Amino acid sequence: MTTPQNARPAAPQGPAPAPAVAPDTADAGARARAATTAPATEAAVTIPPAPHENASRVAPGSVPSNVRKTSGSPRDGTPGTPLLSVRGLSVRFRMRGGRHIAAVADAGFDLAQGECLALVGESGCGKSVLASALLGLLPGNARTAGSALFGDVDLLTAGERTLARTVRGRRIGLVPQSPAAHLTPVRTVGAQLEETLRELTGTQKHDVRRAARAAAERAAFPVDHLDRYPHELSGGLAQRAATALALVGDAPLLLADEPTTGLDRDLVDRTVDELRRHVDEGHALLMITHDLAAAERIADRVAVMYAGRIVELADAARFFGTPGPQHPYARGLLNALPERAFTPIPGMPPELGDLPPGCAFAARCTHATDACAAQPHFADGVACHHPPAEERARA
Amino acid sequence: MLELDAITAGYERGSPVVRDAHLTVAPGEAVGLLGPSGCGKSTLARVAALLHRPDAGTVTLDGRPVTGWRHRAPREQRTAIGVVFQQPRLSADPRLSLRDLIAEPLRATGRRGEAAATVSELSRTVGLGEDLLGRRPHEVSDGQLQRACLARALVLRPRWLVCDEMTAMLDASTTAALVAVVEEYRRERGAGLLTVGHDRVLLERWCDRTVRWEDVTTA
Repeated sequence: MTTPQNARPAAPQGPAPAPAVAPDTADAGARARAATTAPATEAAVTIPPAPHENASRVAPGSVPSNVRKTSGSPRDGTPGTPLLSVRGLSVRFRMRGGRHIAAVADAGFDLAQGECLALVGESGCGKSVLASALLGLLPGNARTAGSALFGDVDLLTAGERTLARTVRGRRIGLVPQSPAAHLTPVRTVGAQLEETLRELTGTQKHDVRRAARAAAERAAFPVDHLDRYPHELSGGLAQRAATALALVGDAPLLLADEPTTGLDRDLVDRTVDELRRHVDEGHALLMITHDLAAAERIADRVAVMYAGRIVELADAARFFGTPGPQHPYARGLLNALPERAFTPIPGMPPELGDLPPGCAFAARCTHATDACAAQPHFADGVACHHPPAEERARA
Repeated sequence: MLELDAITAGYERGSPVVRDAHLTVAPGEAVGLLGPSGCGKSTLARVAALLHRPDAGTVTLDGRPVTGWRHRAPREQRTAIGVVFQQPRLSADPRLSLRDLIAEPLRATGRRGEAAATVSELSRTVGLGEDLLGRRPHEVSDGQLQRACLARALVLRPRWLVCDEMTAMLDASTTAALVAVVEEYRRERGAGLLTVGHDRVLLERWCDRTVRWEDVTTA
């Protein structure tokens, strides 16, 4: 790294680094770009954009927070303190007519260095809203509750100044959903890399070209393509360009929002393997995806989200292999794969603005009973009234 | 029969995307065309759907050679083919409610009177609730919008279906649901299907026959 203040924080408890260069304008530009991939397409609701307001908070205690413990990275076996610790995270959008949309409710998970957590679920289940909440990119009508501790910073309460100067790009790198839309169409990839290097690492002008080549190489972006414009790149190369930008600040946490949508299988595998390489180099990765094959390939752990809630959190090998998922929704999702039963889950996901008081999946669930009229508690990695053993006995 | 014979097609003079492609779909048959991104398979699908005029070659639809494409195709041929595209957001008019979106082909062929009954029946088939039909595309998810686009493709009861990466943007459950709707329609009506994609596992599970792009064309 060129400047010491941007070195990866060894101890997450350390004081927030105060970078010498803190250009609000550049961050606002990056933010506006990132905001184009914000929740409007994912959530099935209209969210009036108000990017310059910071989301304010619900009164504490309005959402029950049941804290749960998860182990550290299963691959290197060093539990330690998690890099990111999310507890009771809820996001509600206030809509016209006093309606509310509960996009995320009571989500909790830990993420350690060198670990990949895949957040899977159907489109419109609140996955991308969760990602936007972690980056402080929610529109102005959003209210958050709970906490998302990254070292000593609570990402949900931190001010715009802190987020812009110390978090986005520096502690959390975003690998966007559609890289071609994320990159500025009127400037070359090299120019965008150089700008990001100058702003995030303070690289001096005479070094910046060399640094840009190095940054491109880290993401396996061919350096002879640096003078190209985004529209001259294939989908895979655009993805690598976006990844290179996300890696510039040497952020310990990478947040990938549907990085493989629309890519063909070979390209998905390549993209996913490259992301995995960054995980093995010590980054933590939160990958949001609906592509279960990609999740299986990359993840250490899997979190399944349904109607804004995490309904299952499991070790990836156990989830995709034996004994398989525990929650009926997660099992239905796997069974919908063409290499498995290829049978859809009956019905449609509920509207986030009109959720039932009990288990949101009950209406589509073959195991539903009267007990499902109450919200199930998340225990032992699953939020379901009918643990698998009981279900198998009934089936 | 839907026959594509020696099709060469492209967007710029002198640099065709598809060269000398041959492909035949029999009535009631489901054919999957497999190819990587950017190989030209979508262009070939557009030719088969009478949406893109090839530079050379012939398309024969139910024994009659096709002489016009897009609005120049005779209505009888145009309405025999239903098309579903990869990106529902780009293939849906943002100003129309889902109800109007599904009914649009009926309106365009002067059969507006049938719309109310047909749309409510079809929307049940594809799994769209009554409350969703009044919404416009920005108010629904990708999966819900693609369901509406599939309903739109089926509303004229076509004898042929062309699905260009219909499920590439969708999650596993929605994919399985939409494929089930297509298969149910084909069982009912005996329609032929040409589906284009890059997911080998999906196409082999879905189709009677899958062909690889290399075997279809010499480009």
